[in-house]
Amino acid sequence: MSLTVKNKDTIKSFWAKVAPRAEEIGTDALSRMLVVYPQTKTYFSHWKDLSPGSAPVRKHGKTVMSGVAEAVSKIDDLTNGLLTLSELHAFQLRVDPANFKILSHNLLVVLAIQFPDDFTPEVHVAMDKFLSAVALALSEKYR
Amino acid sequence: MVEWTDAERSAIAGLWGKISVDEMGPQALARLLIVFPWTQRHFASFGNLSSPAAIMGNPKVAAHGKTVMGGLDRAVKNLDNIKATYAQLSKLHSEKLHVDPDNFVLLADCITVCVAMKFGPSVFTADVQEAWQKFLCVVVAALRRQYH
Repeated sequence: MSLTVKNKDTIKSFWAKVAPRAEEIGTDALSRMLVVYPQTKTYFSHWKDLSPGSAPVRKHGKTVMSGVAEAVSKIDDLTNGLLTLSELHAFQLRVDPANFKILSHNLLVVLAIQFPDDFTPEVHVAMDKFLSAVALALSEKYR
Repeated sequence: MVEWTDAERSAIAGLWGKISVDEMGPQALARLLIVFPWTQRHFASFGNLSSPAAIMGNPKVAAHGKTVMGGLDRAVKNLDNIKATYAQLSKLHSEKLHVDPDNFVLLADCITVCVAMKFGPSVFTADVQEAWQKFLCVVVAALRRQYH
């Protein structure tokens, strides 16, 4: 299920609208993930405050979104482009890859909320494919 | 037996009370067929599904969207007994329609996206999302139950 030229164009133009609100979107997606999928909290036991919109959640939402931005810029070769991030997730963070899907879902929900007029089915399918491709690239170094 | 808090019951009823099945059903089903095109396998008799525009304008898709979404009404009205309420529907999907139950989750996710778009951030908060997704999870589990 690789990204078509049309998918990539859709993603890049949608991302131009998303980028200015990246921090807000990342924070909301992460907040929702921690509430709706409480098993994901196990990765953040070192944070003082896991409540929606808290300082550590806000900071990490920003970090995650800059990773997604990097992926958009390397959309033509995600596997090689995200190699360092993959090593980080595989060897240090050791996040179970099933969770990439969970975070992706919450990102899509927030994008739908924030862009009700732009998040058409075509944009939805392109973004879903893109986030799946990013998840795959992040899993590259796991085993 | 699924335990629902008062807050969850109230969130689910609150959302459902403002959802128009006739409006959201077609949107959710069209989105399913566009975002996850392999689900079209069950709708060969529906005519033109060749493009997003065709799918969104297809009257059979719209009609069936209303049917499917309308089915959720019984779950909302029988929150404490969804499993039994959906026993026949589960058999239907398994034995007659032969739908891969993983597809139920895909449709649930499309419904959630439609609900999120309709209600926006102040209504569809993280807690409301949790209640809504828990509800859909129970519905999906009930639909999977009679598969063997």
